[in-house]
Amino acid sequence: PCTGPVESKNEAAMSEMVPEPRQKPVVPMKPMGINTSLLGYIGIDTIIEQMRKKTMKTGFDFNIMVVGQSGLGKSTLVNTLFKSQVSRKSSGWNREEKIPKTVEIKAIGHVIEEGGVKMKLTVIDTPGFGDQINNENCWEPIEKYINEQYEKFLKEEVNIARKKRIPDTRVHCCLYFISPTGHSLRPLDLEFMKHLSKVVNIIPVIAKADTMTLEEKTEFKQRVRKELEVNGIEFYPQKEFDEDLEDKTENDKIRQESMPFAVVGSDKEYQVNGKRVLGRKTPWGIIEVENLNHCEFALLRDFVIRTHLQDLKEVTHNIHYETYRAKRLNDNGGLPPMTVETEENHESNL
Amino acid sequence: FIQPLFSCQFSDSAGYVGFANLPNQVHRKSVKKGFEFTLMVVGESGLGKSTLINSLFLTDLYPERYIPGAAEKIERTVQIEASTVEIEERGVKLRLTVVDTPGYGDAINSQDCFKTIIHYIDNQFERYLHDESGLNRRHIIDNRVHCCFYFISPFGHGLKPLDVEFMKALHGKVNIVPVIAKADTLTLKERERLKRRVLDEISEHGIRIYQLPDADSDEDEEFKEQTRASIPFAVIGSNQLIEVKGKKIRGRLYPWGVVEVENPEHNDFLKLRTMLVTHMQDLQEVTQDLHYENFRSERLKRTGK
Repeated sequence: PCTGPVESKNEAAMSEMVPEPRQKPVVPMKPMGINTSLLGYIGIDTIIEQMRKKTMKTGFDFNIMVVGQSGLGKSTLVNTLFKSQVSRKSSGWNREEKIPKTVEIKAIGHVIEEGGVKMKLTVIDTPGFGDQINNENCWEPIEKYINEQYEKFLKEEVNIARKKRIPDTRVHCCLYFISPTGHSLRPLDLEFMKHLSKVVNIIPVIAKADTMTLEEKTEFKQRVRKELEVNGIEFYPQKEFDEDLEDKTENDKIRQESMPFAVVGSDKEYQVNGKRVLGRKTPWGIIEVENLNHCEFALLRDFVIRTHLQDLKEVTHNIHYETYRAKRLNDNGGLPPMTVETEENHESNL
Repeated sequence: FIQPLFSCQFSDSAGYVGFANLPNQVHRKSVKKGFEFTLMVVGESGLGKSTLINSLFLTDLYPERYIPGAAEKIERTVQIEASTVEIEERGVKLRLTVVDTPGYGDAINSQDCFKTIIHYIDNQFERYLHDESGLNRRHIIDNRVHCCFYFISPFGHGLKPLDVEFMKALHGKVNIVPVIAKADTLTLKERERLKRRVLDEISEHGIRIYQLPDADSDEDEEFKEQTRASIPFAVIGSNQLIEVKGKKIRGRLYPWGVVEVENPEHNDFLKLRTMLVTHMQDLQEVTQDLHYENFRSERLKRTGK
């Protein structure tokens, strides 16, 4: 009975979709069915493969929000992250349009596919944030939008005849773009993150990081981390949600050393050393987006997409959404929420 | 920086009176007196203002600088900080005052952030007016702001609402020179696009920035045109010396290359510096003849003197 090749194929496929398996089973894995008569092996581990197949069939939703002042490269970065033209700016919007007078919420959905897996990606842009002379409370429309998605989900959940797969429009991840001043955070950054880190997963990124030398970058990151800590802002991955020691070790390193990721985005390709790379061409050199010596884009991409994508969704569902739900139920005297609209359209389990 | 304006020989030939030598005398007296110049610097935190000023004048105007954190900035209002430094070059003394405006644009609500600046500029005009009307006019100190570098963020798509409001409020009080700092964050194409956007928006809003006077007969017309065409200047500053091809130059060292401050192919730093030093006189004149006179006539009209 051969174990080698099939085993490695399973592992390779799994690592694309779910985080690496926690531990190798003590009992050597057998590939064939559940009906082997060898002692000790049941076949429970095949559930991972079943889940993987299921996910591939149904595909999954991922909703990412980008927040930051105009011109910090949000749209370009999102396009670079997903190697597709998925941002608001690419969907027929004029690049040179005027800054809106109030904060707008614009959600664009795309279905992208890779390795047989379909992802319905929604990018939620927030043009107008931080761009006015008076930016007081400019985070309120954003908080409102996020809560509205929780409310939508909740209403569907409490329905008697509810959909098999509740459409998930909840924001799984909010990338907050910090301006690369090299000094410190701005008052608006603090205010936004203070308010929103309690309702959504915030991942702070330092935008347009090609404006800083390595030293300036390191210093700035340290300052920002310190400021966030001093002001009690918990960005994703939040310490309190580390599930076990393994999580904690991995996340500690990310929290204390890598974040906030200093990134550069680009949708243009150049030839460097015979390879085609995404980059920015200047008179003094080409900045390679995926080169870890140049910037931390690859770290951000791996973090959000390759290792923590599922966790982002889980924390959103199990923590942020549950917090919202508990509050709503409490406000309603322990009962699920009901509105006139609900009464008319659905029967709820009240 | 400053070359002798005229050189002429004495002559005893018939018909020659000799007052053509007057500019020389004026020049010599000015050199003895020294020049005063006040430069104001305005822009959000972190746009490289201090680094640029240090690079321009090859001095460290801001030793022991303290940079406040965001939480502190929430409480702060706009401050006015003036630092004076005496620079001497080839026997010519310049008393340069740099007026800094920390806190500008930092607050969440920046509605009032340029009131302080307007007050400061008006106060200098007021003081000069008072001194000018006084009895002892021998030692009038000119603290009026002769030039204001306004820093535009290279990270935006053009002017921000605050930039527009500021320039509209101040273009009648001070010579505004818009500057795009940290220009090494832009590719050449992005730089051109940003400059064009900024100029379009300046013209759209009727903002009057400082105009370079036409070239004198002894000045290089083409150079003047080139300089004019580069406005707003996209500059880079640096406090560090880096070795490039055996020479030590001011620059910024990145993993992908070195940006040289004084390399005209990298940025407009040299153009900005040349423009400033060759136009100090003109900037002072325009301040006196236009901005100050405007203030003065408004003031006198109001008090009915």
